[in-house]
Amino acid sequence: MKPTTYILLLLFLTTGATLKSQNLNDLLAESSTEGRVPVEALFKATRVADGHSVKQLRKGELDFRISHRFGRVNSGAYEFFGLDQSNIHLSLEYGLFNRLMVGVGRGTFEKTIDAFARYNIANQQTGKGAFPLTISYLSSIETIGLKWSDPSRTNYFSSRLSFIQQLLIARKFSKVTLQLMPTLVHRNLVETVMDQNDLFAMGVAGRYKVANRLAVNCEYYYVLRPIPQRTTTKYYNPLSFGFDIETGGHVFQIVLTNAQGMREGGFLGKTTGSWLKGDIHLGFNISRIFMLDSKKK
Amino acid sequence: MNKKVVWLVVGLMVSMSVSAQNRYFTKTGHIDFFSHTSVEDIKAVNDQVTSFLDVSTGDIIFSVLNRSFQFAKPLMQEHFNENYIESEKFPKSSFEGKIAELKSIDFTKPGKYRVKVAGKLTLHGITKEIEAPGDLTVGKDKILGESVFSVIPEDYGIKIPSVVRQNIAETVKISVQMNYVVFTPKK
Repeated sequence: MKPTTYILLLLFLTTGATLKSQNLNDLLAESSTEGRVPVEALFKATRVADGHSVKQLRKGELDFRISHRFGRVNSGAYEFFGLDQSNIHLSLEYGLFNRLMVGVGRGTFEKTIDAFARYNIANQQTGKGAFPLTISYLSSIETIGLKWSDPSRTNYFSSRLSFIQQLLIARKFSKVTLQLMPTLVHRNLVETVMDQNDLFAMGVAGRYKVANRLAVNCEYYYVLRPIPQRTTTKYYNPLSFGFDIETGGHVFQIVLTNAQGMREGGFLGKTTGSWLKGDIHLGFNISRIFMLDSKKK
Repeated sequence: MNKKVVWLVVGLMVSMSVSAQNRYFTKTGHIDFFSHTSVEDIKAVNDQVTSFLDVSTGDIIFSVLNRSFQFAKPLMQEHFNENYIESEKFPKSSFEGKIAELKSIDFTKPGKYRVKVAGKLTLHGITKEIEAPGDLTVGKDKILGESVFSVIPEDYGIKIPSVVRQNIAETVKISVQMNYVVFTPKK
């Protein structure tokens, strides 16, 4: 026998041996190609506290929301520390498609009727080459329903309208979710010449998942007011803290906030409470999700 | 002398290719689970199960990505991943076992064989010994593996809060369907 044939023989023997030693576990580890999977539950409810979160209603999901804010806790015993007063926002929201949800609502604050559409542009995923962020776009319209302050002048319906454009950009880091919300509020009519028609705001929100069905939320909007405020009413930036408690199809949110309004035009434009002065409202949001279209995908 | 070596080498190659034929696999295996109560039925489907079957040893192994289970209701899917199976902590469920009485099955002859599989099931980070009946349908270069068995979620440390206790069954029925094909190792 030539030495080369020995080498050849040895080679085959060794490759045979390695093939045998490769057990099923290794084969499984090698072949399991994990696709990109979307990250779920960045937030539990469609609102952080007052403003929107990236949590999207999927196709066929109907969300009935009851939001409520009491009066200011510093209003004293006469007002039972704010609990005598109430301020409600009711809304019905629906997932038309997996990426598009719409909603209508009615609020006590300024007697508003509002409608919105929100489109889920991208979703955060896990896996190789995955997209890192969840991004949604919100467009909303609000009408103020209060009686005209001066009925003697010519009043137009369009004067009641405000338009909101908002981008929601979020990322979940295990138990923590962070969200940025650049926002533009356009108000057709403002009270005085000193008020701006266009309000730019930058929002920051966070969520920390404490337990499986409990999370803590925080939300702050910095509202840009380049003109020094010389009007009699001073407006503040809204800051809210909340607890999310989840029970099946319900999400309860307990909220502490300096804002009374529960839609963008209200809490961004008309927040007159200050945390430092104790103008804090206790409130809650209840979300109940019904599945209208439970057909299999 | 030289001829003998050549035959030896040829023999080795043949035996190797035969040993490769012993292994079957799938990447698109189907597993679904079903929970029935008077309040509601919950069903989830996963069609991306990876599994290997070695017919020479009877070894059988499964790996399932928990996030790939599809539910009819998106909220159920979210709750499953977030609150029950906890996909972030435990991304995969797996099974590693052996087919009992392998000799009674003739893998060269097409037909349906009743089998028993015993092994370790890992769910939610907890591993338990289980045994399940199944069927192997041997075809030409393919094997269909089927099994139906039950698990108790609480056995695997999956806590079900009292408010939804009536919505989720005590035992969940799991159905497995694997269309195995011959596994050819990558060179």
